[in-house]
Amino acid sequence: MSKTITIDGQEIPFQDGQTIMDAAIEANVYIPHLCHNPDYTPHGSCKLCTVKVNGRNCSACTFPASEGQDIINKSNDLEKDRKRITQMLFVEGNHFCPSCEKTGNCQLQAVAYHLDMHDNHFPHFFAKREMDASHPDILIDHDRCIFCNLCVRASREKDGKDVFAISGRGINKRLIVNSKSGQLKDSDIELNDYAAHICPTGAILIKRTGYQVPIGQRIYDHQQIDEVALAKEHK
Amino acid sequence: MQSFIQSVINKYEVSPVRLLHILREVQAESQHISPEAIELIASGLNIPRTQIISVVEFYNFLHLTPRGKYDILISDSITDHMLGKQNLMNYFASQLNVTIGEIRPDGLVNLDSTSCTGMCDQGPAGLVNGYALTHLDRPRIDAITQQIEQEIPIEQWPAEFFAVADNIYKAGLLLQSPVEKGEALKARYQRGLTETLSEIDISGLRGRGGAGFKTAMKWRFCSEETETERYVVCNADEGEPGTFKDRVLLNSYAQQVFEGMTVCASIIGAEQGFLYLRGEYLHLYEKLQNILVERREAGLLGANILGQDLNFDIEIRLGLGAYICGEESALIESLEGKRGIPRNRPPYPVSQGYLNKPTVVNNVETFMAAAKITVTGGQWFADVGTKQSDGTKILSISGDCAKPGIYEYPFGTSIAQVLHDCGAYDVFGVQVGGPSGTFISAQELDRVLAFEDLATGGSFIIFDQSRNILDMVKNFTHFFAHESCGFCTPCRVGTSLLKKQLDKIVDGHGSAGDVAALEELCQLVNNNSHCGLGQTAANPILSTLQRYPELYEKKLKQISYEPGFDLDASLATARRLANRNDAGAHLAQVEED
Repeated sequence: MSKTITIDGQEIPFQDGQTIMDAAIEANVYIPHLCHNPDYTPHGSCKLCTVKVNGRNCSACTFPASEGQDIINKSNDLEKDRKRITQMLFVEGNHFCPSCEKTGNCQLQAVAYHLDMHDNHFPHFFAKREMDASHPDILIDHDRCIFCNLCVRASREKDGKDVFAISGRGINKRLIVNSKSGQLKDSDIELNDYAAHICPTGAILIKRTGYQVPIGQRIYDHQQIDEVALAKEHK
Repeated sequence: MQSFIQSVINKYEVSPVRLLHILREVQAESQHISPEAIELIASGLNIPRTQIISVVEFYNFLHLTPRGKYDILISDSITDHMLGKQNLMNYFASQLNVTIGEIRPDGLVNLDSTSCTGMCDQGPAGLVNGYALTHLDRPRIDAITQQIEQEIPIEQWPAEFFAVADNIYKAGLLLQSPVEKGEALKARYQRGLTETLSEIDISGLRGRGGAGFKTAMKWRFCSEETETERYVVCNADEGEPGTFKDRVLLNSYAQQVFEGMTVCASIIGAEQGFLYLRGEYLHLYEKLQNILVERREAGLLGANILGQDLNFDIEIRLGLGAYICGEESALIESLEGKRGIPRNRPPYPVSQGYLNKPTVVNNVETFMAAAKITVTGGQWFADVGTKQSDGTKILSISGDCAKPGIYEYPFGTSIAQVLHDCGAYDVFGVQVGGPSGTFISAQELDRVLAFEDLATGGSFIIFDQSRNILDMVKNFTHFFAHESCGFCTPCRVGTSLLKKQLDKIVDGHGSAGDVAALEELCQLVNNNSHCGLGQTAANPILSTLQRYPELYEKKLKQISYEPGFDLDASLATARRLANRNDAGAHLAQVEED
């Protein structure tokens, strides 16, 4: 007899050591997320995966599943908060979807559509962030960084390097590169590193690959992010 | 440079967990952490340079670009403002001929603000090169300016500039009868382990930082972990604006605090303890180090304490200006030489704390009380207080009253009683528990100090009728935006949005709908943030909005929409480019009708 949790009334089995997110993905239940990727240590920072566990808000990606948890994933309140949190990410950086190479392949954009976001709601910060185009193959457009920490984790956990780190505090948070000059060209990153391909937005792009897939034929042009995420993450 | 940095690294035993101390000494030597220093420290400690950069950028007292030789910071607590901080700071800037927030061109001095320095009973206060300055007024500023212009080292400045008084006005159970050196440890071994823990349980002692977790339960959980390498941590990072009791406890009762930590170590089986001292209390560092030396010499720390086979020592680690490090898991990250980012929980520190080993983190006052309870037994403590809140609470009282200072009260004491004792009249309201606590109005003074009513870590700020309460709300809201660690989206972006939205209203640019939008944002930040900082960041707005909605509504313009930015100022560049400044090149903010 396996242990179970309940998500929106549906009984879902789990094993000890699994988080709520792990159990949900295994049961084909989508919980919106941006900083989470099942291949890496959970981070718990974007807060899109906030669910109500026995009445208390918890991050599904980091909170351990335990017997008898009654979890709400879909409710008007949660969906509204998730939309607002996504809007916060949009106004914090500078996201111009129509002119971004990642449009249609971008998880931030796809989550926004999924959450029925039609405007930015909050006043923009108009952050001044510089681009790092120094590397021959890889580009960093800091305007689009949402601090999901995935490139930091990918570099450390998969590539065995420490190319990226998060610096600054509060609203001055920023992504930094581990090289003496601070530029990507002087770091250890290589084109085939996981860290170069993990970015959920258009902050880290591979040069000379832009627009190879035309707009209209991209991942989220035809599918919602929940289907795509489950198809990819459900193993 | 290389030999100096190597010597500092060696002094701290090439230990990356002591990175903050290493950076502190390098910063003191060269007023910043230079790119060269970053490379040397990174290779010396064998850590990525990004760890150093990110730590420097995280802590307020570290800098990547040079500060003045005299780095002057003025406390930005609301109590400092109530004592005329802004005027005084402008005066200071004119005397020093320096622009606030900038370094003087000759590099000698800079003047800036910093979050509450814990001197609210003797402000306006500040820091010079990390050392506390109290009772700032114009004559004192003139005198300080003179010392700086003559480039006199601060060690040679008059001692009165740095005098810090305890200001204990009401001593209760704990403050009136401190334990003798070694008394609690002797009692601990006479009673035995189980019996001592049981006395602490009987006492009902709950964490004094404000969260109120039962101390005996925390110690028991930690002692039951299978991992046997365990740690004791004393949280002396009291950064909640308006709190300064730990400053006084460590100045005058440090023996007892260390004794409480040692009792805890003997119960949970720890060999190493840490006092995490907020950087603002640098002035206490040497004194506390000397007390530790005394205790080692007396056989109360070190190997085989009291001949009881107990090996335990305490190390003091200094913070560097980050309110968030008062959160216990952020504090542990900081102890490990990292940015103070609160961890995901579970696991909790009692099972995976410092270096992922079981760790008890308690407040200064908690350890002090535990030492006394070990001597006198638990009932003595439990006899005082309310049903859910046993014993006494030490308050840091500041703001509009005759005698700001330290007061110890049994739990259950009414706010009215407290106000009477400290000489507060014509009270408009009281902020209990600091910005993250609750604002109560003059109609609620029969409420009591207790976990079940007004829980507090000790901050108690009084406002009289002459005060504009929105100034307080603004100060607190800016404080949270400044201190947010930035880890999670709702707090990182939300606290800055709260600041923008509140300023829009308070500065008279709000219109219909803006107060509702503010309230919605408050709920969003409180409900979705990762840790206590974000979860309480909207409290100052929420608790005043609930009590005085009319204060907010009065600020609104009678129009349907008002942009959040200054329309005319935004056209300045266009005017410059067009070389126009006639009436037609200006726009009214909104056509009033």
